[in-house]
Amino acid sequence: MKKLLFAVASLVFATFLWAGVNDGLWIVKVPEKDRVRQNPFDQDPSAVAAGAKLFRQNCAQCHGSEALGTDKRPNLHSDRIRKATPGELEWLLKNGSMKNGMPSWSKLPEQQRWQLVRFLKSLP
Amino acid sequence: MLFVRRFLGFVAVAAMALLPACARAQDYFITYSHHMEEPGNLELATKSVAGFPKSGNSFLGNAIELEYGVKTWWTTEIYLDGQSTSKESTVFTGFRFENRFRPLLREHWINPVLYVEFENINSADKSLLEIVGHDVRDDFLSRNDRSEKLREAEAKLILSSNFKGWNISENFIAEKHLNSPAPWEFGYALGVSRPLSLVASPANCIFCRENFNLGAEMYGGLGDRYSFGLSDTSHYAGPLLNFRTPNGPTFNISPAFGLNQNSHGVLLRFGVSYELGQIASRLRRKK
Repeated sequence: MKKLLFAVASLVFATFLWAGVNDGLWIVKVPEKDRVRQNPFDQDPSAVAAGAKLFRQNCAQCHGSEALGTDKRPNLHSDRIRKATPGELEWLLKNGSMKNGMPSWSKLPEQQRWQLVRFLKSLP
Repeated sequence: MLFVRRFLGFVAVAAMALLPACARAQDYFITYSHHMEEPGNLELATKSVAGFPKSGNSFLGNAIELEYGVKTWWTTEIYLDGQSTSKESTVFTGFRFENRFRPLLREHWINPVLYVEFENINSADKSLLEIVGHDVRDDFLSRNDRSEKLREAEAKLILSSNFKGWNISENFIAEKHLNSPAPWEFGYALGVSRPLSLVASPANCIFCRENFNLGAEMYGGLGDRYSFGLSDTSHYAGPLLNFRTPNGPTFNISPAFGLNQNSHGVLLRFGVSYELGQIASRLRRKK
């Protein structure tokens, strides 16, 4: 019985450890060709407003209306977002980080994902 | 007394059809894409179908759907089915419990999803959530009869791709009656859809083009294990339109036209859906 309890506890610990280690590691999985992609909306002044609208409609329920995070969902006013390239963020939106609870947003057209990226990069 | 019961039943089905339900919802009525429910979100939806058989009574089939995102790769759903047939009766016809699993955790050219479902319905069911085997128009001509219980297991292979704003989805369906020795039955569903605009407008508008999805859907039976093919099967195709109100319900409509003599002339499908975001977190916060 003790062995069984130890095995279960080890499994639970390993699961949390795995989740913790993987958190944020999505960025190293981004292929180089995606990492260096430029945002086609970089020069579009209305893209931030459009991205903000898309954020309110699709992302705010998890990340909060001010993108400050809720419960276990991360705050997006972070160094990780500031340091990520636009290509990395678009890759994350497209593929998600499903092991860590971030769904894929491939249901949004690519153009809208780039508008979202523009908004994310505008966060202070 | 019978009239009162029928009237209340009709009101119940009508209310089921009018209840506001799901948002970002599925793109199609019959076909599934690889887009899963976001984890923690609960989607409420109604899927209704009106049929007008020439040699039978017109009917309104309705399914209420509760869809929950358990994980990013796992979505679970319950359907409650009912129907109302004019000059006959309004009846509850059973429930369905289904689960969808996405085995590949990245976006690919083709994204597979595995679907398993258990149905506990009766022979009066007219929700037409899939067409399989030799399902034909004549099945809908007999009077409402709930005496035959149908316990069925269903599996689907869902393949879905996104390409330049288009979603293209293909479903292959296999269904088996669990309480009779009937053979495996097969069916298919195909769908394509695209938003009217791929770029979001910066304005806070309700009728922005990006809030509308236009597409088409085709589905039908493929016979059974002993008579696989198109003979004695029914098939439908038609356009579909989704309108998603910002942070509100999504409205869907699709007239489906029968493609052969075994099919109904027209099935009018319509539905409303609404998504409750992060339902578990909301309940926790209220405590």
